[in-house]
This record gives sequence, C-alpha cells and structure tokens, in this order.
Amino acid sequence: MTPRPPDTEPKLRLRDVRKRFGAQMVLDGIDLDVMPGESLVVIGGSGSGKSVLLKCILGLLRPDAGSIVIDGAETVGLDGRARDRVNAHLGMLFQGAALFDSLPVWQNVAFGLIQGRHTRNRAEARERAMACLAQVGLRPEVADLVPSELSGGMQKRVGLARAIATRPDIVFFDEPTTGLDPIMADVINDLIVATTKDLGATALSITHDMASATKIADRIAMLYRGRLIWVGPAKQVFESGNAHVDQFVHGRADGPITDETDKTPARSGR
Amino acid sequence: MTTLLALIGRVFLTFVRTVGRFSLFTGLAVSHMVRPPLYPRLIVRQMIEIGYYSLPVVGLTTLFSGMVLALQSHLGFARFSAEGAVATVVVISLTRELGPVLAGLMVAGRIGAAMAAEIGTMRVTEQIDALSTLSTNPFKYLVAPRLIAGLTMLPLLVLVGDIIGVFGGYLIGTTKLGFNPGTYIARTVEFLQIMDVVSGLVKAAAFGFVIALMGCYHGYHSKGGAQGVGAATTNAVVSASILILILNYVITELFFAQ
Repeated sequence: MTPRPPDTEPKLRLRDVRKRFGAQMVLDGIDLDVMPGESLVVIGGSGSGKSVLLKCILGLLRPDAGSIVIDGAETVGLDGRARDRVNAHLGMLFQGAALFDSLPVWQNVAFGLIQGRHTRNRAEARERAMACLAQVGLRPEVADLVPSELSGGMQKRVGLARAIATRPDIVFFDEPTTGLDPIMADVINDLIVATTKDLGATALSITHDMASATKIADRIAMLYRGRLIWVGPAKQVFESGNAHVDQFVHGRADGPITDETDKTPARSGR
Repeated sequence: MTTLLALIGRVFLTFVRTVGRFSLFTGLAVSHMVRPPLYPRLIVRQMIEIGYYSLPVVGLTTLFSGMVLALQSHLGFARFSAEGAVATVVVISLTRELGPVLAGLMVAGRIGAAMAAEIGTMRVTEQIDALSTLSTNPFKYLVAPRLIAGLTMLPLLVLVGDIIGVFGGYLIGTTKLGFNPGTYIARTVEFLQIMDVVSGLVKAAAFGFVIALMGCYHGYHSKGGAQGVGAATTNAVVSASILILILNYVITELFFAQ
C-alpha cells in the first residue's frame, strides 16, 4: 500500500470524541477532519457543545472517549511538557479575548514568544509583538496600555495578535465576533481571513454568527445536541436541505430545533 | 428514609470529591514549587505584595496587641503582686501565639482574599485557559510563586511584628505602668527562650503556606462569574482562618506538649 502524500493527511482529526458532564452527553461521537490550510467553522446554538469541543481539542478538557490527532500525533491524555509542545504550534483567540489584566498589551502579545521559548530576548519579543499589533491594525501607542484601557474591538485585535504571534500551524477562534458591533465584527472577520492566509495556517472557529461563519469558512459543520448533523462547503450552507441547518442559518424560531438545549446548558467548567 | 440515605450519600460523595480535589491540587502545587523552571520575577512581586504591603496592617495589629497585653497583664498580676512578670508575659505571648496568629489572620483577610479574587477572575475570564494554550503551566505561573512567597514572607512579617508588639508593651510599661526602661528590657530578654521565637516562626511559615494555598485553591476552582469569584474569596478567607487556628493548636502541641 503506497502512503498518501502528506498534504492529504488532515491537520486535525477527531474520531468518536465523547464528553459527558453528569447525566448530560455534551459531545456524542464527533468525527471531523480539518485539512491543512483549510478554515472550518463549527456552528450551533448555545449549549450545543461547541466550546466543549474546542476545549477538548486544546487539551483544556479531557474527552471521556475518542481520539484527537493533531499533525499525525494523538493528543488525548497528553500532560505537562508533552502537551505544551503540542500547544506551541497552536494559537487561540478566546471569546472575551482573555488578555492578562496585569500585563501591558505588548507583553500579552509577546507572552507565547517568551514562555514558549521562541525567544529569550525581551527586546526582540517586543519588536515581534509590535509587528503583530501592526498586522491587526493597532498603533504602536497601544503597546504600553493595559487591557482595561482598550475597547472590546481593540481587545479582540490584541487577542488575535497574541494568537498569531508564535506563527502557529493551527489557529482556533472562539466566537470571534460576539459582543462587537457589525462593522467591528466585519473588521475582525477580515483580519482573521488575512492573518490565517498570511500564516498559511489551518483555522477552526466556533460561532453562531452566520455572517462571520460564511465570511471566514471554507467548510461549515453544524453541531446539534453533541452531534455533527451536517458538514459541507460554506457556499452550500444556505441550501443544505437539512431542516435543522436551515432553521439555524435563517434564524427562525419555528422548526425542529427547540430551546431545550437552553434549558440544560452544556457545562464547560471543570 | 430513602431520601435521607440519598442525602447522606450525596454529602459523603461531595466530601470525598472535595478532599480528593484538594489533595491533588496541593500535591501538584508543591511539586511545582520545587521543580524548575521557577519565575523569579513573579516570586519577588508576590513577596513584595505579601511581605512589604502587609507590614502596616501587621505592625499596627501587633503594636496594639502588645499595648493591650501589657495593660491587661498588669491589671491581672497586680492582684497577686506579680507585676514584675508583665514584660515576660508580653514577649512570650507575642512570640509564641499572638504574633503569628494575629498576623496570619490579618494576612488571610488581605492576601488570601486578593489571591482568590485575582485567580478567580482569571478563571472565569478564561485567562487561565489562555495560559495553558500559551504553553504555560498555571500551577507554575500562578500558584507556585504565591506559595513560595507566603511560606517565606510570613515568618519575616511575624518577626517584625513581634518586635513592634514588644515595643508596644514597652511603651505602655514605661509610660503608663511606671516600669524602668532598662528593667523592662532586661525582663523581656531574661526569660525569653530561642524556642519561643522559633515555634512562632514555624507557625508563621505554615500559616503563610495555608493562606496562599487556600487563596489559590478557591480562586482556581471558582466558577459562575462575579458571584462565583465572590464566593471563592469568602471561602478562601474563612477556610484559611479556620485552618490557622487548627494548625496553631497542632504546632503548639508538637513543640511544647510534655
């Protein structure tokens, strides 16, 4: 059997990933492949398990069962330095940006560079942080401010700069446009597309904002009650032929999706 | 009957889960305290926060405790003509008990609460998750520096507090109770044993560790937004205070039980 060329191997492969909190099955056998350079967006309502899926991939939660392979290596069960080595190739933009309050903006951006041993030189780290800030459209004066002095949109930009500072192979975006006005949301979407393209990185995003999903996705997957019920090209999401997907993407109250998931939200805490 | 049994079972399971979680947390925290790499910059920052900025609170507490102790013991001892023992009582009470316990309780209120609030806020705003994704172990970055600083700074604080407390007793003794300054100092030193001070400092180290551990533990496991952080802060202070009082007895028993 001849081995397949490397670029046909998925960058990220999930097989039968399951996660339960108490009696509630949050992820119920997720199978997913994300190819190198691809941007895949997982959509779904609140409590559908999107954040838990992301946390399992990032190693913040341990799945009860299943396999998560990143760059050909199994990552489920990795701890300590082995996990850090995997994470060194990943970037993450958190929903609320999750900037460190106690550090100025440039140190937030350079954090991964210094901690991940990409550089030990603070001057060099600062220089690279400034370049990343420029890349996301922030002026140099911002570098010495603390996160609480920034607007929500600026915090998202700094979060994006931090996520790309180490030039990761895979970038994850957790609800990147939540809480932003439509114009700022579009700016962030453009930045996400531009920066991931510039890095040549693979992107996995989770969102319930369809404008964002269609803008940044090559493929879209829909998560409903812990299962992926539809995966397809982004262009086809509005003609999927799946009643659940149709209801979600058109934002209709009537349809097969009830607000049952809202009554029993998925817990992502530990 | 079934409901009662279920309730007992649930309480027992919660207890076992909490003990297990706390033991794992403590084990991990201690292992990261002694394993490199450490973060000297963060350790120094915490030392300043715990040691330097707590000095006024601890100083005032021990100063007035020393003063009250001198007054009260003088009033009491006068009943059987033993006023001469005031200086000795002040210094032994302060070094063995009041210095470490009062400093511990004050620092638990100031530092334990601050640690729980800071780490709790980091938890609910996903900053701790962000640390992990940036190849940084939260135990090493957040918990270990605080534990090291608590363990080392409390004894220093207590040492300074002891001196200030004795000075408080001296002030009252010489200005209000009519002691000769030289005699008061001589009496202070005469019956003081090295073990009195050492036991107090050992207590202080244990209290510092417990305060930091409780602050970090409750902050690290806080959830549910602002309310969760508030609860974590309260739990950190209450549990640290109770543990200080329990540990105080245990260490006293270890040092001085006949």
